Order: sequence, then C-alpha cells, then structure tokens
Amino acid sequence: MSTVTTQTGHPSALAEFWYYFSRNKGAVIGLAVFLLVLFVAVFAPLVAPHGPTEQLRDKLLLPPAWMEGGEASYLLGTDAVGRDILSRLIYGSRFSLFIGLVVVTLSVISGVLIGLVAGYFRGRVDTFIMRIMDIILAFPSLLLALVLVAVLGPGLLNAMIAISLVNQPHFVRLTRAAVMAEKSKDYVVGSRVAGAGTFRLMFLTILPNCLAPLIVQATLAFSAAILDAAALGFLGMGAQPPTPEWGTMLAEAREFIQRAWWVVTFPGLAILVTVLAINLMGDGLRDALDPKLKRS
Amino acid sequence: MLRFLLGRLAVLVPTFLGVSLIAFSFIRLLPGDPVMLMSGERAMSPERHAQVMHDLGLDRPFYIQYFDYLGSILQGDLGTSIVTKRPVFDDFLSLFPATLELSLCAIILAICLGIPAGMLAAVKRGTWLDQSVMGVALVGYSMPIFWWGLLLIIFFSGYLGWTPVSGRISLMYFFPPVTGFMLIDSLLSGQEGAFRSALTYLILPTVVLATIPLAVIARQTRSAMLEVLGEDYVRTARAKGLSPFRVIGVHALRNAMIPVITTIGLQVGVLLAGAILTETIFSWPGIGKWMVDAVFKRDYAVVQGGLLLIAAIIMLVNLLVDLTYGLVNPRIRH
Repeated sequence: MSTVTTQTGHPSALAEFWYYFSRNKGAVIGLAVFLLVLFVAVFAPLVAPHGPTEQLRDKLLLPPAWMEGGEASYLLGTDAVGRDILSRLIYGSRFSLFIGLVVVTLSVISGVLIGLVAGYFRGRVDTFIMRIMDIILAFPSLLLALVLVAVLGPGLLNAMIAISLVNQPHFVRLTRAAVMAEKSKDYVVGSRVAGAGTFRLMFLTILPNCLAPLIVQATLAFSAAILDAAALGFLGMGAQPPTPEWGTMLAEAREFIQRAWWVVTFPGLAILVTVLAINLMGDGLRDALDPKLKRS
Repeated sequence: MLRFLLGRLAVLVPTFLGVSLIAFSFIRLLPGDPVMLMSGERAMSPERHAQVMHDLGLDRPFYIQYFDYLGSILQGDLGTSIVTKRPVFDDFLSLFPATLELSLCAIILAICLGIPAGMLAAVKRGTWLDQSVMGVALVGYSMPIFWWGLLLIIFFSGYLGWTPVSGRISLMYFFPPVTGFMLIDSLLSGQEGAFRSALTYLILPTVVLATIPLAVIARQTRSAMLEVLGEDYVRTARAKGLSPFRVIGVHALRNAMIPVITTIGLQVGVLLAGAILTETIFSWPGIGKWMVDAVFKRDYAVVQGGLLLIAAIIMLVNLLVDLTYGLVNPRIRH
C-alpha cells in the first residue's frame, strides 16, 4: 500500500526563508563563495600545495605562474622568503573565519544579554548601560581596538577581544530597541498574566522575536571583524609573523610594493572577496528576514 | 530648540567624563611601573623610587589622581610627549589641520558622488544601472582600505608615475603654515606650482579615505529615496504635473536627506578610524599617524590625550548633527 503525501498549509519557515533569500542573486553568489572559503579553511592541509611556513631559499619573490619566470606549482608566486603565497592564503582563511566567528560569538552573547537587561528593566539600569555604550561609541572603533591591543599586548587573541568589545555596543542598542518594541505587545502581556517569570519572559518569550535584526547585524559584524583584524595585523598589532593572517601578510609585503605586486595584491584580494561575500549574504538575509521589505 | 540643546548637552557631560576616565585608566592598566620606565636602564634605590612616586603624585589614591587629571584637562594641560618633549595639545594642534584637510576633502568627495549615485540608483530601481551602482557600492563598503591604498600606489605612483607616494607637498616648496591647510597655504604662498603639487599629494589619500563613506552614503541615499518615492505627497506632486526633476530633486530629496545627514555625521568616526590607516600608508603627517606612532613608541601621554581629543571631536560633531537634524526635521524637537 502506498501513501501519497500532499503538502498543505504553510511552507516551513526554512523553505520560506530560502524562497526570499534565493530571490537575491547576489546573496546566493555570496553564500557560494563563503562556503568555498569555509571548505578551503577546513581542509587547508589537503587543499594547499605547500606548507604555510615552508621556505625555499632559491625561489624568493617568484612571480605568479602565468608570468614570465613563474612556476606552475607556485600558482600565485612566492613571497620575500620563498613561501608559497597561495598556500599561505589558504591557511590564512582559517584565521579570518576563526576571528569572525569568535568576535561575533563574544559580542553577540554579551551584547544581547546587556541589551535584554537594559530594554527589559529600563530605568536607572538602562540609563547606566546606555551611557557606557555611548562612551565606547565615542571612540573610532579601530583606534580603541588599537589602544586596547597595545594595553593587552599584540597578538591574535587580544585583537579578537578588543574587536569584540568595540563591536558589542551595536548589539546592545539593537537588542534593547527590539525588546522595548516587543515588551508591550499583547503576547508578552498575555504570557506575564499567565504567570511567566522574568527569565522566561526575557529569553523564551521576547528574545526569539527580536532575532531577525540581530542575525543581520551579526553578519555585518562578522565581515567588520575580519576587516578590523586585518587592519590591526597590517598595523603590526594583530596576529604576529610568521602567522599567515591576511593583514599581517600585507604588512610584511609592504616594502616589496614596487618590485613584486603579487605579494601585495593577493592577500588584500582574499580579504575583499571574503568580506564582500559575507556582506552580500547579509543583504540577502535582510531581505529574507525583514517583513517590512518582504511586502514591497 | 533650547530645551533640545540642553538635553543633548546633559547627556554629553557624563559621556565625556566616562571618556576621560577610560583614557586615564588605560595608562594605569598598562603592565609595568611608570617610574621604572622613566628611569630606564639605571638602577634606582627603593627609597629614591618611593620619592619619585611621591613627587609625581603616583602614590595617592586612584580617584584623587583622576580628579587631578580632570582638573588639568580643564586647564588645557594634557601632559607632555616623551618623544617630542612638547605639550600634547600643541602637537595635536599642529597636526590636526592635516587630518582635517584630508577628511574634509574625503567627505566632500563622498557626498558629491554618493548622493547623486544613490538617487540615480533609486530612480532607476531594478535596472542594470541600479545594480551596477549598488554592486560598486558594496565592493567599496567591503574594501580593506589599507590594501586599496597600496594598490593605488602601485598603479598611479609606481606604474604610471603620476602621483607622489608620501607626504603633503614636494620638498621643493617651503612656506610657513598660515591656515594649516596645504591647499590654501600653497595658494597664499604665491609660489608657482605649489598648489598643483599639494593637489597631487592629496588626491590618492582622499580617494582611499572617501571609499567607505562614499559607499555608505550611496546605499543610504538609495534606500531613503526609495522610501520617500513611495509616499503620498510624492504622488501628489507628480499628479499635479510637476516635472520629474522637481519632484525628485526638491520634494523627495529634501525628506530623503534626513537619514542621510545622520549617516554623514556618523562617518566622522569612520573617517578618523580610516585616517589611522590612510595616514600610515601615505605617511600623511596627521593625528592618525601620530596616534599609531605614539602607540608603538609607548608615548602614553600622547595616547591618553589623543584618545580624549579624538573622542571629543566625534562627540561634538554628533551633537552638531543632532542639532541639524532638529532643524531639518521639526518633529524631532518635540
């Protein structure tokens, strides 16, 4: 006996999301590129033709394969100490994605918690929290991160902590605004009347309905974190050589700018492509998650 | 309007106190003993060490030191740089015009290109024109500007040889600063070719610094414009037979500008953060490079004073933006 299943009613939330997301072609391209970068990062040892710190003394500043003097096994050429640029870029993707993930996790968790408290309790707690956020936002983010890293000591971990700290006020503000908008709605009042406690109201009733703008902001924070970490690396305050972090690679390449364009061009291109892919995804997410835009 | 202004100022004062507390605490959080750092290699007896601590007031409680610091800030004393041996505030004043000139040129470029581009994209919504403008804007928004600067140097300075790589003006020209703005000073000096030279030095840093604000302004203008174009009063304006130019350029633009002005105001922070990178790449002698150098040379008085001054500038500009906002949009005032 065979059963025929017919789909009725509403499509699942995921299907609906994908329907709106996939209408934005840029977002789909962004997703594809991001997945590619993710794949390369996860399987770096299998994908990379050489080791990231492997030096070849007789192959210094080898141009890319398609240029005169290039070698096929060093597709994008080598740097000043004879390391394969492509392999370093592939290993570098691990750092950039890791930085983005850690920064977003740290700033989302802290920002959402603080924002929930501010938006739910209001009053003095709220004023106090928002004044502190104003203070953090009064500094240019990169400058504050730079000084923080100078205090904590240069390095990847401290750079991530500093970037999380300067990113977090955006999540606080966003969560607070969303909580304030939701708090007086009927379903929240109903839940409170039915006897739900403070924690239940905050985390199970209100928070899930504030997620859409947070997800979009998290995507933007992810790409901003990659850019900021690369900028800190470029200034010499982020990941330290010989770490194949893209910004640090650019800093090392700066002195060869007139002689070997490839050592400067490719690390920056890797940053741009990754950040662009994530931002494209962010635009698509906004379209798919924002009900106001959906109707138009 | 006065109440609106006073309300804003009332928020500004605690924020500034907080900023000063952060700037003050940074140095105390740093690992190492300031007296040991000052004495360097020379050994110091514990008695002498205690004496110096006492002379510098470092043995007093944290909050008293902070109030002392606050008092000297209010008298305009931000300490002395250990590198230049000059007061931090004097160094700031001599370097700030360079950053201001660069930032003003960048924001003017960003506004002049960004607003028309955003308007065009909104009016031609969905066409290839809209898609290309927004595509370019997203690339600009995603740009690591330190790399973008290096690429421009490779192409325009290295390959074409059109523009110089670093500094504000060719060493051939020398004149005393009058306004601190190289473009104006070079004109005032009356030296032939000086203005042209200053312009060639300015152009690449301006383009680099303008990139992100340009992209943000174009995107914001487009979305604000799209929102406004759907409003009833725009339909009314169209229905009564106004030319499309007047409907878009006058009726729609004026209302679409409200969020765009806020966005432009927010770019001040972006510009100052961008100045750190741009000035480092082009060896532009402004406050961005000054701060980076101070961080590396551990010139703490400069880091402390610079943080405070830069935050003060951003807060002041945000206040101005809020006030403009109140002027453009009367609903906010009440």
